[in-house]
This record gives sequence, structure tokens and C-alpha cells, in this order.
Amino acid sequence: MKKVLENKTAIAIFVLPALVIYSVIVILPVIWSLYYSFYSGSPGLKWEFIGFDNFLRLFGDSNFKASLAVNLKYISIVMLGQVGMGLLLALMFYFWLKRFKNVIRTLVFFPVVLPTVAVGQLFQKIYEIQPNYGLLNSLLNALGLTGLIQPWIGQASTALGSLCVMDIWVAMGFYAVIFYGALLDIPGDVIEAAKIDGAGGLQLFRYILAPLLRAMIITCLIFSFSGTVKMFESATALTNGGPGAATRSLSMYMYNVSFTYNKVGYGSVVALFIFMLCVLGSSIIRKFDIKE
Amino acid sequence: MKKGLKSIAIKFVIICLVVIEIYPLFWMLTASLKQQSEWTSKPAYALNSGFYIQNYIQAWTRGNMNIFFKNSFICTVVSLFFIVLFTVTVSFAVTKMRWKLGEFVGKYFEFGIMIPVATALIPLFQIYSGMGLLNSRLCLIITYTAFGLSLSILLTTGYLRSFPDEIMEAAVIDGCGIYKLVWYVVVPLMKNAIVTVLVLQFFFKWNDLIFSMTFISDQKLKTVQTGLLYFQNEFGAKNWGAIFASVSMCVIPMLILYMILNKRIIEGMTAGAVKG
Repeated sequence: MKKVLENKTAIAIFVLPALVIYSVIVILPVIWSLYYSFYSGSPGLKWEFIGFDNFLRLFGDSNFKASLAVNLKYISIVMLGQVGMGLLLALMFYFWLKRFKNVIRTLVFFPVVLPTVAVGQLFQKIYEIQPNYGLLNSLLNALGLTGLIQPWIGQASTALGSLCVMDIWVAMGFYAVIFYGALLDIPGDVIEAAKIDGAGGLQLFRYILAPLLRAMIITCLIFSFSGTVKMFESATALTNGGPGAATRSLSMYMYNVSFTYNKVGYGSVVALFIFMLCVLGSSIIRKFDIKE
Repeated sequence: MKKGLKSIAIKFVIICLVVIEIYPLFWMLTASLKQQSEWTSKPAYALNSGFYIQNYIQAWTRGNMNIFFKNSFICTVVSLFFIVLFTVTVSFAVTKMRWKLGEFVGKYFEFGIMIPVATALIPLFQIYSGMGLLNSRLCLIITYTAFGLSLSILLTTGYLRSFPDEIMEAAVIDGCGIYKLVWYVVVPLMKNAIVTVLVLQFFFKWNDLIFSMTFISDQKLKTVQTGLLYFQNEFGAKNWGAIFASVSMCVIPMLILYMILNKRIIEGMTAGAVKG
């Protein structure tokens, strides 16, 4: 037994191919970004060592700051929306829904599996105002709320909000299913006992369910955070960063800087910033888990 | 009386939520069957008056959807094969086999979860362009495989750790070598974990946009997602019928797949979050 499991050749065959591909494609680029970040221009084109200039430039770059602000707003709205709506839906399934539990759970989860680009195109048409009213505007029109008809994704004031609504719509079923599973794991007699002791809905949640669900809430927040930090695909598909820079995220800014304006060195600094934000953010959220 | 009112209110809320989740998709399907003239003569929420299949034919042939589907299919299936192969071998080697670096290598693979795709994008572009691999299916397949490993290995190592050693011991006593042991004993017992990985990674790879739009510019090699993104430019923003047909075409296979495998899919997709 021992001999079989210590077979060195077998270990090499099992691990090496994956290790090489993973190291070259996933790990090496991060280190490589660090190296790029000390250079100006792009390889072969004004490629000069400039030390920390790219990093210093970051702090004075108003485009970068604007993208960071958009990204942070997006993270906070979507993260709270996805996890909050998910939790609400799950509580509703658990306490209110007597029949059709599985059917409704299946239906609500469905948007999760859809391609982001397809969802983006669909919502473009929902928010459309020109040449015809899209779904939302035509419904508002039918309800007589003509004052609310507006170019939802065509103006800076509503574009980010419209994007957030889309991303919450996509993912809330996902979190609902996770929380529902966690609720089913809570022994039924704990909840029964609390009810007998006269705990109302809010009290029940505050003192019984919230502490028991705490670990799961943290997990979901981290998952949602790491998804929203990367904000790229849904914004590209719905608004492509527009109008102006109203929905341009850090990843999209990095993409523009390095592939449209060919400033690979500076783009790498933005890329590293995203990496740092991702690591920092998840460890801050994780801190809440350790307390108590 | 009060209780009856409350239950009606609850039902109303639940129905509203379900409608919000489902109605946009229903609207999309009906819209894809509308003729151009219906958009100007009727409000957007109106049902289609006939079944105008022409939209689909147009999207499939003139919109090149047939090519995009083929490309997505090849890239996804090949990378899934390698993801599963590497995931099984690596996670077995780091959990069950005995070597000094085993634990470290496992941690090293799991670290990849923290790395945002955007951070790797610029160097990868340079690597591929230096090797002349841009605009090839190969570079997508390599990238998809490499970026699929971390989460998959995390999921399967958790599963393998709880896996009893006695079964393996019995097989070894019966004269089973290491390769036979993995193929005939470990893989069949890991079936559930493998299916979870397959489901999760299928959706990640099939829905990928950022890699394919960065590495592929050749119209003949674009995947469904990139193709769809630029669809509007080619057809013009006014051809809503064809646009809806192309979007529906991407959604319908997912819908069918989901209907058949919904328990598995929900399990697989949520496992990634709970473990990650």
C-alpha cells in the first residue's frame, strides 16, 4: 500500500502537466504584471524603465479615480442587493411557501445559468427608448407613468443603477438557493422552541436565524465581492462603460489603457491594484467571521 | 379573516418575485418571433402576432451563429476534458499519495482562486502574441483549462479527504497498480464530485467573454459570447427581431440543459460558492 502511494513517477505524471500549465498561465502573469508596472509604453514601443512613476501616476489620474468610484459603488449596491435579496427569498421559501417549493426554486435559479452577454443584450432592449420604447418604458407608458419614461442606460444618472438591477436580477436566485439550503440545515425544533417562547418574525431572525446563518452570510458576501470587484462582463455587455464613463469599472479602464491606448505598463499597475483590492476586501469581510 | 388576508398578501409577493425573474425571458422569446413592423405598430410588451421564424434563420446564417456555436463547443468541451483530467490526478496526488510537497502543492493550486482574471490578461496577451497563438482555439483552450483548475481542485480535494482509505487498500492488496487504482477505483467513486466540477466549469467556460474578446479577433474563430456582443453592429440596432433571435438562441440551449439537469446544476453551481 505504502509503496504504491509513494510511486514518484506516478506523482510526476499526475501533477507536473497541470503544475506547468497553471504556473505559466495563472501565477506567472501576476509576477509578470509586477515587472511590467515599472515600464512605460508597451513592449517594442517606447518601452523604458521608469521606476515607480506608473504607481505615482495612479494617484493623480482622475480617470482612474472615477473608475474606482464607479466600481466601489457597484460593489456595495450589488453585493448588498444580491445577498440581501437572496436571503429574503430564502426566508420566504422557508416560512411562507407551502407548495410548489421546488418549482419556484427552479424558476428563480434559472437566470444564473444564462450567458452574461445574452442577459446584457436582453436588458438593453428592456431599457430601450429609441427607436421604440423597450419593455420597461412601454409598461410605464401603459400604466400612465409617462413621467418616469427615460433613457435608462443612456444617461449618466440612471445607467449604473440599471446595471446593478440587472446583476441583482441575475444572481439573487443563486443566493436564495444557498441560503435556503443553510436554513434547512438548522434543526426545526430550535425554531419551534423560539416560536413557542413567543418570538415574533423579526426577533426570530435577529436572535436565532442571523447568528446561525452568520458563517453562510459571510461566505456569500465574499463570493459576491470577488465577483463584483472584477466587474467587467455585464457592464461591457449592457453599456460598454458608457454613457461617458458612468459605468466604467477598474477592469474596463485597465482594458482600455492597455489594449486601446497601448500603455501596457500603466495598465499593469491598474491590474495589480485590482488584485490588491480583491485580496484586501475579502480579508476584511473575513474578519467579521472571527469576532465573538 | 386576518389570516386569510395575510396569506393572500404573501402569495401576491411571491408571485410578483417569480414574475420579475421569469417575465423578461418570456418577453424575449415572444419578441424573437415578431416581425419588424410589429415593433412600431404595437407596444413592446404586446405578444407576437405570428411565428416569424425568419429571424432565427437570419441570425443563424447571416449572423454567423452557426460558426460561433461550433467554436464555443470545441473550446468548452476540450478544456472541460483537460480540467477534469488534471483535477482528478492532482487532487488524488495531493490528498492520498505520500510525498513531501503534497500539501504545499495543493495550497499552491488553491491560491489561484484569489487571482482576478484582469490581472493576468495583459501578460497572457503578450505571451500568446509572442508565441503566435493569438487568434487560435488553442490559446483559449489553454487559458480556460488553467483558470478552471483552482476551484475544481479545491472542490475535489475536500471530497477526497473524506474518502475512506480502506477501499484503496483492498484494491492494492489484490494487486492493483497506481494507475489502475485511480482509473478503476477512485474515478468511479468520485463520480459525483466530477459531475459537480463539469457542471460548474461548463457554465464558466461557455459564458466566458473577457478571454475570447481579448485573444480572438478573427470572425471565423469567435465564440458565441463575443459574436453576440458585436451582433448589433452588423445587423444594425433596428433589426430587433434578429437580435432577439440570436439572444434566444444562446439562452434556449441553456434552458433545455437546465430543465434536464436542474438538481445537478443547482448543486454544482452552489458548491463553488460554499466551498470557495
